[in-house]
Amino acid sequence: MSAKKTERLLNLVICLLATRRYLSVQEIRDAVPGYESGNEESFRRMFERDKEELRELGIPLETGTESAVHDDELGYRIARRDYELPPISLSPDEAAALGLAARLWQSAPLAGATGNALLKLRAAGIDAPEASGALEPRVGATEPAFAACLSAVRDGRALRFTYRASGRSPEERTVEAWGVVSWRGRWYLVGFDTARQASRVFRLSRILGPAVPIGPEHDVRPPEDLDLRALVERMAGEQPRSTARVRLRPGAGWALRREATSSTIDADGWDVVEVGYSDPERFADRVTGYGADAVVLSPDEARAAVVRRLESLAR
Amino acid sequence: MSGSLDRLPRLLALVPYLLSHPGARAADVAALFEITEQQLRKDLDLLWVCGLPGHGPGDLIDMELEGDTITLFEPAGVTRPLRLTADEALALLVALRTLAETPGLVDRDVVSRTLAKIEEAAGAAAGPADRVAVAVEHQTGEDQVLPVVRQALAENRRVHLSYHVPARDETTERDVDPMRLLLVEGHTYLEGWCRRVEGVRLFRLDRVVGITLLDLPAEPPPEAAPRDLSQGLFQPSPGDQLVTIALQPGAHWVADYQPCESVEDLGDGTLVARVRTPDTAWVRRLALRLGDQARVLEPAGLVDQVRADARAALAAYDR
Repeated sequence: MSAKKTERLLNLVICLLATRRYLSVQEIRDAVPGYESGNEESFRRMFERDKEELRELGIPLETGTESAVHDDELGYRIARRDYELPPISLSPDEAAALGLAARLWQSAPLAGATGNALLKLRAAGIDAPEASGALEPRVGATEPAFAACLSAVRDGRALRFTYRASGRSPEERTVEAWGVVSWRGRWYLVGFDTARQASRVFRLSRILGPAVPIGPEHDVRPPEDLDLRALVERMAGEQPRSTARVRLRPGAGWALRREATSSTIDADGWDVVEVGYSDPERFADRVTGYGADAVVLSPDEARAAVVRRLESLAR
Repeated sequence: MSGSLDRLPRLLALVPYLLSHPGARAADVAALFEITEQQLRKDLDLLWVCGLPGHGPGDLIDMELEGDTITLFEPAGVTRPLRLTADEALALLVALRTLAETPGLVDRDVVSRTLAKIEEAAGAAAGPADRVAVAVEHQTGEDQVLPVVRQALAENRRVHLSYHVPARDETTERDVDPMRLLLVEGHTYLEGWCRRVEGVRLFRLDRVVGITLLDLPAEPPPEAAPRDLSQGLFQPSPGDQLVTIALQPGAHWVADYQPCESVEDLGDGTLVARVRTPDTAWVRRLALRLGDQARVLEPAGLVDQVRADARAALAAYDR
């Protein structure tokens, strides 16, 4: 991209910031260097593209006419109050917290957005120091669908994509994007699946190919009471529904012990702990991993699930 | 992104920055804006020919270059930076909320105050940040561990850890020279020089069973280099074993959660994953918990071990 174009766009911003009244397209052409050459049609095309680029940068172009009486041509200006970052000042400890937070994002597009935000804040007089290396917060977003999901959530749009649910063949899904959540280093899209007419959670790494935004912006409104964190917690592990009694070899089964609500020692010197669970199959997965060091005593549903796993492996 | 889309926002930030930092050194400004000094000169050359309509001597952006310092005194109306975009506000706000979520990592009051100020400055652009969240998990025990780790780092002291190793379901005792605290993939880790294995190790704080601050200085040897985390938390080491597992649909999650050398989709619902692991005990546990949803293909010895593990475990249910 040419320096000439950057120069023209910068002059355009300065011009529209300086004016109080709406400037007609012809007035803009006369005032901004770079528009003078070429015919009317090529100028119009150039101006349309320039407007689009300014809007992409978040520069608020206001359109209107000077007179309500005459059917004037549409004019343009930039309202200073909409353009300028409001005054902000941070104490040194607040600036340090910002400097630390700015290290969090490890990948595009949020790492780049952070850099641009910091430049604006520094230009507003904030001195966000480089955080020391003693604390490193890091969140990556390497899933190819991340940028598309983030944009859809930001813009209130629906997305269409091919999704491979666990253990199923790929299917096309249409989802009204409500939010994106990082959970244990993986990103999830939370939204409303229009075919299933229900809210669903999608793992971004299972979105195959492009996620395409559909519908107008601001068309999707997440529910007022949407609680992303609660949804994540539900994903993490449901509330216990039943209690299992598990016999553990001394010293073994640390993760189960940590969750145990009670613990006694049996005649052989093994520990018998009580642990809550919600799904017998998932609970059996965990217990089976301890092999001969953990034995489910009750209830039968959990015990049978463990035995089934072991039998399939013992053959 | 095209060049002008990068350069224009920089110029729009550069003008108010220079205006509020008279006498700024060129080298410092270039570093801050992450450009070369040569590029900065080009930017300044461009600013010089831009200005208010009319573009006469009093209309243009004007500044004084003296030695290696820059003083901008005529901003042509660009006195403040542009507002934050929704993406920019989101990047900062979600990052700050993530820090605030992690107890003991930073002073929560300070983060809350910073959050409030950024939210206010962002205005309407702050809205979408409510729709993005980074969950941070923590166990109650971590609240006791984290302050000790922070003190050890601040005072440069060695710690003694009782640390649970889930791959072997063992609690180990070791002295560690702390190097850094990491918040990665939703968990808090201490990175340090482990004197037991004489290597740099990561310790997930929710697996620290006990921690004692020792009256000894932390002395990581010169070869103790912090890990490069750009490739993720877990990195293969030359001593690792390569394990091949066939995963049925109920076990496909393993391919998502485990760093795999390769994942091959056989098209019949089976994924064949090749995983590097420093400890095959972990694979045996994994194979047990996956039951008929997974089968270890290689190494052959491991297949027999899993079968023997299953038979031994099953014996306890026959009684």
